[in-house]
Formats: sequence, structure tokens, C-alpha cells
Amino acid sequence: MSGTSAGGAEITYRDAVREALREVLQQDPRTFLMGEDVGRYGGCYAVSKGLLDEFGPERIRDTPLSEAGFVGAGIGAALGGMRPIVEVMTVNFSMLCLDQILNTAATIRHMSGGQFSVPLVIRMATGAGRQLAAQHSHSLENWYAHIPGIRVVAPATVTDARFMLRTALLDPDPVLIFEHVMLYNMTGSLDPAADPVDIDRAAVRRPGRDVTLITYGGSLWKTLVAATELAGQGIEAEVIDLRSLRPLDDATITASVRRTRRAVIVDEGWRSGSLAAEISARIVEQCFWSLDAPVGRVCSAEVPIPYPKHLEDAALPQTPAIVAAARSVVGR
Amino acid sequence: MGIFRMPSLGADMEAGTLVEWLKQPGDRVKRGDLIAVVETQKGAIEIEVFEPGTVAELLLPVGATVPVGTAMASIREDGAVAVAPAPDAAAMKEERPTAAATMPAPQLQVPPPPSQGIKASPAARKFAEEHDINLASVPGSGPDGAIVFVDVEAAWQRQGGAAATTAAARTGAKGDGAPVDGMRAAIAAAMARSKREIPHYYLGQTVDVTIAADWLAQRNADRKPEERAVFGALLLKAIGLSLKKYPEFNGSFADGRFAASAAIHLGMAIALRGGGLIAPAIHDAADLPLDQLMIRLRDLTNRVRAGRFRSSELADATITLTSLGERGVDWVQPIIYPPQVAIVGAGTPTVRPWIVDGVPVARQLCDLTLAADHRVSDGHRGALFLRAIEALLQNPEAL
Repeated sequence: MSGTSAGGAEITYRDAVREALREVLQQDPRTFLMGEDVGRYGGCYAVSKGLLDEFGPERIRDTPLSEAGFVGAGIGAALGGMRPIVEVMTVNFSMLCLDQILNTAATIRHMSGGQFSVPLVIRMATGAGRQLAAQHSHSLENWYAHIPGIRVVAPATVTDARFMLRTALLDPDPVLIFEHVMLYNMTGSLDPAADPVDIDRAAVRRPGRDVTLITYGGSLWKTLVAATELAGQGIEAEVIDLRSLRPLDDATITASVRRTRRAVIVDEGWRSGSLAAEISARIVEQCFWSLDAPVGRVCSAEVPIPYPKHLEDAALPQTPAIVAAARSVVGR
Repeated sequence: MGIFRMPSLGADMEAGTLVEWLKQPGDRVKRGDLIAVVETQKGAIEIEVFEPGTVAELLLPVGATVPVGTAMASIREDGAVAVAPAPDAAAMKEERPTAAATMPAPQLQVPPPPSQGIKASPAARKFAEEHDINLASVPGSGPDGAIVFVDVEAAWQRQGGAAATTAAARTGAKGDGAPVDGMRAAIAAAMARSKREIPHYYLGQTVDVTIAADWLAQRNADRKPEERAVFGALLLKAIGLSLKKYPEFNGSFADGRFAASAAIHLGMAIALRGGGLIAPAIHDAADLPLDQLMIRLRDLTNRVRAGRFRSSELADATITLTSLGERGVDWVQPIIYPPQVAIVGAGTPTVRPWIVDGVPVARQLCDLTLAADHRVSDGHRGALFLRAIEALLQNPEAL
């Protein structure tokens, strides 16, 4: 897997996230990183390796295994004027702090009549593919994309991994950053010209005229491979990387679908009530009279993500399924 | 149960778009009532009912474009339901509750399902509607053979759509009738068919209309503008009366044979402000008193220019008059509107020198022409027909 774009230094996604953390920690004394195993262990995905030595235990803080506690502490710190970056090991564990995120972080601006804001960034790993079984592999970012009052982003490229954090910290409200576990080892070339990046808009990662493939995060690379395969079959697919899951960039999506008249959404979440379902509804609402085929979806099988490799692979959106879905809506 | 279907409003019509229902389920209708407005290439047309009854169900949604012959509404015949006996009364008479089981079940009125079996994408449907493409005639290349955008676009291009000027951005304004490009296509189809199929012959006669013009001027002098008659009305009346003696110019030619029409419905070619023209009929023109004829002519012209006319007016004409009177040309060599078999042309009446009793005098002259179908009539009869019109115009008070 490779997130290559023209020019720029080669860097892994993991290193890009670490560089982003180092940069903000160096530049803004109000920032600190807090989470399980982020300090001495260097992060369960080795993202924060070396940061404890560089910034010390005040700013790289290991926490107890208590998501509700340390996310709540992060909210308090943000209310108190800090710019905390809280790491939740995987989105599965974030169910323990869902109350803090939904009932506190997302609501305080509203319930205080705008007197308080929560400038908090929460980073979470998401997704499957590393055989971590059903309690560490789900893609629940859609649950957060449902909540007004927070912003949800999903960097899929090393450039977005490198630069989205700083933009997120500028936001006066909570921002959740979802990092797909299969991306950490990916190498790509960093595009310094992209700095600073916005966190509002979707990006067209590949132009095409026959069908729009809409995806984000870890599925982007499978989708780009599928687009290459489709090109070999004479179907030019446009690939949209959502980047922001809340708010959704309707303008980019509809402009593309109105042109191609066909859409397939690739989403590692479960199909029922998925982000793909929301995007599909918006396409039908806004592009109905431009459509040439029903909107297609490629989602995860509706099972707890299995442990065995072959079953895990079978449960997730894979390139052949994306190719098949695209061909089906194109009709050839 | 009668089924009301999308009528054919001309030989060249393949499909129509339902614009408005003028009746609702439960409404009583009689023959000739307006039931719907349908948009065709010729504009918005008010469609009439043929069978009396009660509207049972409307089978088409407004906006639907369907081929000619598609069921639009079901109409229950009067009394069809009333004959069903009331079960309660019958049961009481037999004094046995179980008797109800022997009662004939009331006939269930099951309307046919809407016959919209065409699988087409929203994008294809929208394009087809905007460009008057009949989806039934478009082969599909999409998923499961569905008709998709490019299929309709290709069909449109085959029909010469792209060439039909950039006016493809249809004006659409109901006010001036119809999309000009669609109308141009309809005229093209009808006139090409006429010239391809009908062996025209042409006759011309310069007619002294001084008496008629003087009589009209005198008659109009003490009338309000809206009550005045125009020369065209006189001409229509004269043509209508002449046709009674020359029925081979009044009717239609189809399937290799001529069918004379007992009724005389005079088509009147009317130019539209937005371009194009239309020739709707004045029904039974020969038997209308001149004043009535004038009222009908004025009403028809106004409605046509507003883009509203009735299906029967469009489909029923048995002969056409094209009068280029206002255009200031001496004569016109007209083209028959199929399946009609004759068309009369009239140039502008002008004052010209004319020999009367061996002396050149200034008279009001009008050049009448006749184009007729040689499969049906010959020049000899055509000449007599034109002469008959001429003779009637010499005695206008009798018209």
C-alpha cells in the first residue's frame, strides 16, 4: 500500500501523525497528549514513541484504563483553557467515554448559551485488518458523525495525517480524528504545499467520468486500486475521499454525482444505519434527477468482525466487491 | 368500465405529457367534456371525453409522458354500480342470514395497472421529458437493460435533436404555446410526409371580391370592433358550403383509401407568435351563421395563440384554409396536411386592374388556390370546387 503523490518526502502515516503531534507540542504550550500507553510504551501503534523523552511526563501523560475518566479530564482541561489531545486506543473502547463525548463535550457550548467551548481533540484508531478480533476492529466513526456539536475527520493520506491535527486544534469545538489501523504502516509522499489543510472539504483523489466512488479512511486505498482495475475495463471511476465525516461536503459529492450520474459508497461500517446510508440518502435527495442507476454501497458484513484472517477479509469491503458494485451501477 | 386513453392528436404524434387533470375521481362526465390537458409537440391541448360516465380512477400522474394509447383514466358507465343489489335488503327478504352467501358478489371494478413498464433512470426520464423523446422507442443499455441518460441522448440525436438549433433550451413558456423545436419537428414530419406521399395538384383562380369586401365594410361600419367580421370568416363559410357539393375534398386518406367526412370541420392555419403554426378545426363550419363563425374564429385564434386548444380541434379537421391575408402576398401554393386531401390558400385581397364588361376597372381581387390529392380527385372537379367558392363570394348576404 502506498499513498504516493508527486514530489515530497516519503514518510509513513505513523511518522506523519507523530510529526504532527511534535509540531503542536512544540508550538503551543497549552497542548498535551493524554491516553493509555501513550508515554512509556510509546503508544499501542507506536505513534507517540519518543515523545515522552522529548516533552516530559507533564505533557505526555499515561492514564489509567478509564476512558470515561481521562476523556472527561480532557474536557475539563479544554474548558480550563488548555488544548488537550486525548488518544483513545480504539473506537471500540470509546463506548466507555461516549457519555463524556455526547453528553458533555458536544453539548456544553449549546447548554451554556455559548459561554463555554470545548477545544478538545480526540484521536482514535479505527477499523479492522490486523486480526484484533471483535472488540478492537469495528468502524464506529459513523456513530460520532451523527452528533451535532462535534466535528469528525478521517485523514487517509500522509499529508492529511501530518497537517489535519493543527487545523483541528484551531477549532473551538471538539474534533474527533479517526486513524485507520491499516494506514499506520503506509508510506506516502508528504505534500508540504498542502499545509495548512482544511478539515471541511472532501477531495477528489482520482478524476473520472463514469461513476463516483465515495469513501474515506482505510477504504480509500482499496477504492483507488478498484478504480485502476475499472480503468482497465474501460470504466473511468472518480474517487472522492470524504476527509470530513461531519460535516459532510455535499457540494463535492453532488457535483461529481451529477456529472457521472452514478455513485457507489465504500464504507467499512456496517451497512444498516451507516455513513453510506446517509450519503446515499443525500445523493437521492439532491441528485435524483441526475441519476442513471440506484446508488450502490459496499460495506462490512453485519457481523462482529471475525478474528481468523480469511473471515476478517471476507467481512470487510475489498477491491473485487468495489469493482463489482461499480460495474453493476454502470451496467457493464 | 371504459378506459380513457392517450388520444392521437395527429398522425405524427407518438406520445403526450399529462399537464393537468381537469376532472377528478367521482366527477360525472359527458361526451365532449374536457378531462385533461396534454402537452404535445403542438402545444398544450385540452383533451375531451368520448364516453359518458363517472371518472373512477386517474391512472396517470401529472407530468407523465406516455405513448398514444396508454390508459389515462377509467370511466365507469352510468348505472354500472347501481345495478348491484343491496345485500342487506335481499337478506331480509329471505329471512336467512346465510342467504348472503348465495348473493352474487358485487362486480369488483379492477382498473388495469398503470402501464408504465418502462425501466428508465431518473436522468433518462428527465432528459426524455425535456426533449419530447418517447421512452418506449429507446433501447436501454444500463443495468438490467434500463434506459439511461446516454441512451435517450443518442435517441434525441438520431431524431436530429442536436441539429434542431440551440433552441433546444426550450422556451417552455406555456404562454406562447409549445416548445418551438418540438413544433418545428412536428411540422417537418407532417410536411415531409405530405410531400412524400401525396401527389398534389394545384389550381389557382383570381376572384373578384369587391362585392364581398364592400358588403363586409358596410356590415361592420356600425358595429363594435369585437363584433366585426373579417374576410376570412366569409371565405370559411363559402368553402364550407361548397364542400357540400364537392365531398371529395373533405375527409381523410388512410390505408390506401379515401374516407369522405359527413361533417365539415374547417382547419384554419394560424401562425404562432413564437414561431410555427397550427391548424385547428372549427367544427361544422358550413352550418354556422356568419356571426357564430366569426365568434368561433376569434375564440380559436386567441386560444391557439395562448397555447390552449382542444384535442378534437386538433385532430378533427377535414380540410384546411391557409390565409396569408395579413402577410401581404398575392398567392400561396399550400401543402396538404395529411391525412386530409385538400387545402385552400388565400392571398391578400388587393385593388388591381380588372376587366369588367370589356372595360378595365379597379377591383378588389383575391387569388384563391387549391392543392388537392390526385389520388382522390382530379383537376376538373377541383376547378369546379374553386368556382363554387368564387360564386358564393359574389353573393355575400346569402352566406
